[in-house]
Amino acid sequence: MQVPARFEYEVATSVEGAISLLQRYGSETRLLAGGHSLIPMMKLRLASPEVLVDIHRLDKDLRYIRDDGGTLRIGALARHKDVLESELVKEHYTLLTDAETMIADPLVRNMGTVGGALANGDPAEDLPAAFVALGAEVVARGPDGERTIAVEDLYTGPYETVLEPVDIITELRCSRQPAGSAYFKVERRAGDYASAAIGVALNLADGKIEDVRIGMCGVGSTTLRARETEELLRGQRPGAELYGRAGERAAEESNPLEDARGTAPYKRDLVRVLVGRALEKAVERAEVV
Amino acid sequence: MVATPRHTMGDRMPRKEDGRFIRGKGRYVDDIRLPGMLHSAILRSPFAHAKINNVDASAALELEGVHAVITGADLAAQGLAWMPTLAGDTQAVLATDKVRFQGQEVAFVVADDHYIAQDALELIEVDYEPLDPIVDSRRALDEDAPVIRDDKEGQADNLIFFWDAGDREATERAFQEAEVTVRQEMFYPRSHPAPMETCGCVADYDISTGEMTVYMTSQAPHAHRTLFAIVSGLPEHQIRIISPDIGGGFGNKVPIYPGYVCAAVASLILGRPVKWMETRAENLMSTSFARDYRMTGEIAATRDGRILGVRSKILADHGAFNAHAQPGEQYPTGFFPIFTSCYDVPAAYAEATGVYSNKAPGGIAYRCSFRVTEAIYLMERMMDVLADELEMDPAELRRKNFVKKEQMPYVSVMGWEYDGGDYHAALDEALRIAGYEQLLEEQRRAREEGRIMGIGVSTFTEIVGAGPGKKCHIAGIEMFDSAELRLHPTGKAILKLGVKSQGQGHETTFAQIVAGELGIPAENVEVREGDTDNTPFGLGTYASRSTPVCGAATAIVARKVREKAKKIAAHMLEAAEGDLEWTGERFQVKGSPDRGVNMEEISFAAYTNVPEGEEAGLEGVTYYDPPEMTYPFGAYICVVEIDKGTGQIEVKRFIAVDDCGVRINPMVVEGQIHGGLASGIGIALMEVMDFDEEGNHLNSSFMDYLTLTSMEAPKYELGETVTPSTHHPLGARGVAESPTVGSPAAVVNAVVDALSPYGVRHVDMPLSPNRIWSLLRENGVGA
Ligand SMILES: Cc1cc2nc3c(=O)[nH]c(=O)nc-3n(C[C@H](O)[C@H](O)[C@H](O)COP(=O)(O)OP(=O)(O)OC[C@H]3O[C@@H](n4cnc5c(N)ncnc54)[C@H](O)[C@@H]3O)c2cc1C
Repeated sequence: MQVPARFEYEVATSVEGAISLLQRYGSETRLLAGGHSLIPMMKLRLASPEVLVDIHRLDKDLRYIRDDGGTLRIGALARHKDVLESELVKEHYTLLTDAETMIADPLVRNMGTVGGALANGDPAEDLPAAFVALGAEVVARGPDGERTIAVEDLYTGPYETVLEPVDIITELRCSRQPAGSAYFKVERRAGDYASAAIGVALNLADGKIEDVRIGMCGVGSTTLRARETEELLRGQRPGAELYGRAGERAAEESNPLEDARGTAPYKRDLVRVLVGRALEKAVERAEVV
Repeated sequence: MVATPRHTMGDRMPRKEDGRFIRGKGRYVDDIRLPGMLHSAILRSPFAHAKINNVDASAALELEGVHAVITGADLAAQGLAWMPTLAGDTQAVLATDKVRFQGQEVAFVVADDHYIAQDALELIEVDYEPLDPIVDSRRALDEDAPVIRDDKEGQADNLIFFWDAGDREATERAFQEAEVTVRQEMFYPRSHPAPMETCGCVADYDISTGEMTVYMTSQAPHAHRTLFAIVSGLPEHQIRIISPDIGGGFGNKVPIYPGYVCAAVASLILGRPVKWMETRAENLMSTSFARDYRMTGEIAATRDGRILGVRSKILADHGAFNAHAQPGEQYPTGFFPIFTSCYDVPAAYAEATGVYSNKAPGGIAYRCSFRVTEAIYLMERMMDVLADELEMDPAELRRKNFVKKEQMPYVSVMGWEYDGGDYHAALDEALRIAGYEQLLEEQRRAREEGRIMGIGVSTFTEIVGAGPGKKCHIAGIEMFDSAELRLHPTGKAILKLGVKSQGQGHETTFAQIVAGELGIPAENVEVREGDTDNTPFGLGTYASRSTPVCGAATAIVARKVREKAKKIAAHMLEAAEGDLEWTGERFQVKGSPDRGVNMEEISFAAYTNVPEGEEAGLEGVTYYDPPEMTYPFGAYICVVEIDKGTGQIEVKRFIAVDDCGVRINPMVVEGQIHGGLASGIGIALMEVMDFDEEGNHLNSSFMDYLTLTSMEAPKYELGETVTPSTHHPLGARGVAESPTVGSPAAVVNAVVDALSPYGVRHVDMPLSPNRIWSLLRENGVGA
């Protein structure tokens, strides 16, 4: 049995309560949501927090997925499984459904939370890339109240975010509803983190790509947004030749490192291929609408 | 609900043991909690190769809740710092002089609980002096290579053995005279059996009686007890090894590991039960690996595809200590000499060089009977290389060279005597299921459309069921096996075996054997294994030997019991023994079918009404030494499609026709084949133990050591042919390893076939998407 180092354990009964526990115990305190990133790290003793503040009792406040007048709101404690099974998500934010079918396995999806997936800051985590493509923002609450942060601005490095130790993510908010979206991932095996993954969300106007956002996962030291590629695509008529050029540009924008999942040139080429495929799929879905 | 007892030999009887496993009621070593039990943890080396200057455990000893810290020096004082391996080498229990692989055992902490034990590890200070490691076996014999085993007197380099077999000159001649010769280098990479349950034990020394009980994850409890007695000096009759339920073995639980020895020593010192249970990382890093063979294969043939000779050369990496699982010192490459396989090869020669490296010791037979996987992989890859050279259909080339059924019992040029086989029939059946002609057509179309599709064929014979005792032994003990059967007054039976199931379904299949022999339902036969105090001495379960050896013992002991039953039946029926006949369900008087008694009635009489001059009771014991091994065989076909963009391989279809002779329980056989195919396809596609240049282990969790999941597994298409074994009393052979032996080559052959239009002739495993992508791009395939 792999066992973590000694730690204290508190259970929060409200969001405010969680924040004050974070304040009381100081910087070596961590929130515990689904525990499917944090506990493995603690067992391997890669993380040794002194105190855990368990927020699982906050389900009644923070576990929801709803449409609020065209804005998608996902509570931080919504599980991967909830996202996967949501009809709302499937209909309007299909790339999230795409991504969820390839995140981990059913056991992890039953426990792992959207808030945890965003706060963790693993550059190979899928949901942040999908949310970057959607243009979503996280709602973070701290002792001084609430603020919103665009997902693309959340990360400063691997496992590093702009969140303060006393912040808790309460919600994911997405006011943009794309006409078509898609998420493509290459994994060595089901349940593996991405060798590379791409999320695309776009709108069409007069048969042209009007507004497009691309999130990239596993190909940089943080989740990436392919801004130049988006620029290249805007106002263009979709088609194989355009997708090819977009893929090449996105590959240049990525910055992968070699690891067990592949060499840098391989991952860069995956970006090229997957951007093409994701664009094609997203356009196809947008055209059906 | 209790189902009516009704199952017998040959039925698809649901497994008796599954009720308890499905309900979570299995009892594994880690479920054992004894009063006063202590826990333990092992400090392991962070270096692949380093000198140990000092081990200071004083701070750890001061931690509250720590009962003992045992170091190599402590063991050395008792003469226990080193232990013998299955291959006649020595292995450090706890390192004294040097560490020789990353993850090697350095100190053993005993504490009140796991947490304290783990915390204490961080307080032990070891002064290491890192040394240059040997990670690549090709460097092991370099002039300037550091000597890993400087503990061994007279060991001036890293050579373990040089071995050869076959007729070197005759083979050389065949190559000189042949119209065509082909040659291919290949690497069968290091993999790990990775059972779900890691290794562990609870050692319980009773100071009042002097008895040592060890609950242990052991595939071979009796052999382990004898080895324990030899290593520890404790009297064998006072050692009891109990293997409770085991969560998979695959060869990993055949060797004795340092943790077992340390737990036993700790219990001896402290007089309390001590549990040792590996973590996943420890299991993957330190226990026996498999494969790690660098091979060169060569075939000499005629232009029309008749094989004239086969040659192979091996560089075998056995890690830091030679803990190779082998049935005797005469087999340093296990049963690799089976490599001429199901083909009628007139001349063959193999040579191997075994070397030490700074990696975990081994290797064991991961779901393969002693290096047969390596041998078959080599041969099946070479057959495709030859087919490619001759521009001949791979199935056709195989058919042309098969040993014919009329040649059975066939003695191969390497000296093995095959117990029957019809290789043409198995291949024909596989081709029929696959719809081979349509598949070829489909492939032509796919290629026109620019899709990359491949078809791989692999045909093979396995060799399983060691003994015979005169040819095979473990630490000198001949490889027979045993069964003890007793029928009780109400006709219910208990069968005790020398083997030990780790998921193979013995409680079901062995009961079915008795049922078939005695005409009682299998539900009425309880099978007991794994407790050395309560089962006859046997060599254990590995190398697919349970059915060939212990299954035979079971059939024979049941027949012995039936012989005695006949005497009692004659007495009951007041007839002469010679006038009785066995119907399969009862004894009856010939010509008078109304006069008969069944086994239940006879059992009762055995305790209430025995004939004069007969002992009471109805039981027997048999030690069975097989006359030869058994040779299950198969024909496999794999269909793959490759994504040009990403290099990902999809296994679209997998057809497996297996012939394991008579099937005792076809459903259990199919279950074993499914599992074996998952292992074999996994090895081909993703399972690998990798190291960096410093010898750091790169796959110490299931996020990094990838095994196949149901998502990657195709829907298996199984078929069978039944050629009874010529010598097994039931006509049965082992089967659970055939699929692991035969499938990797089928997958690789399919992938090479897919890529052959681009000039690819060979790819090494694992066929990772990155590796396939590189091949595609190197050969100008874009996407
Ligand atoms: C076997 C396995 C496979 C996986 N495969 C994938 C995969 O393919 N793709 C993928 O994307 N992910 C994968 N994951 C990760 C999985 O999705 C995690 O569940 C998820 O990343 C974290 O969610 P959690 O609720 O478990 O977070 P936790 O482990 O509970 O927390 C993670 C971190 O976030 C912090 N945190 C949690 N909630 C909040 C909050 N509301 N506000 C602020 N900070 C918070 C915690 O303090 C901690 O630092 C895998 C995990 C496992 C175990």
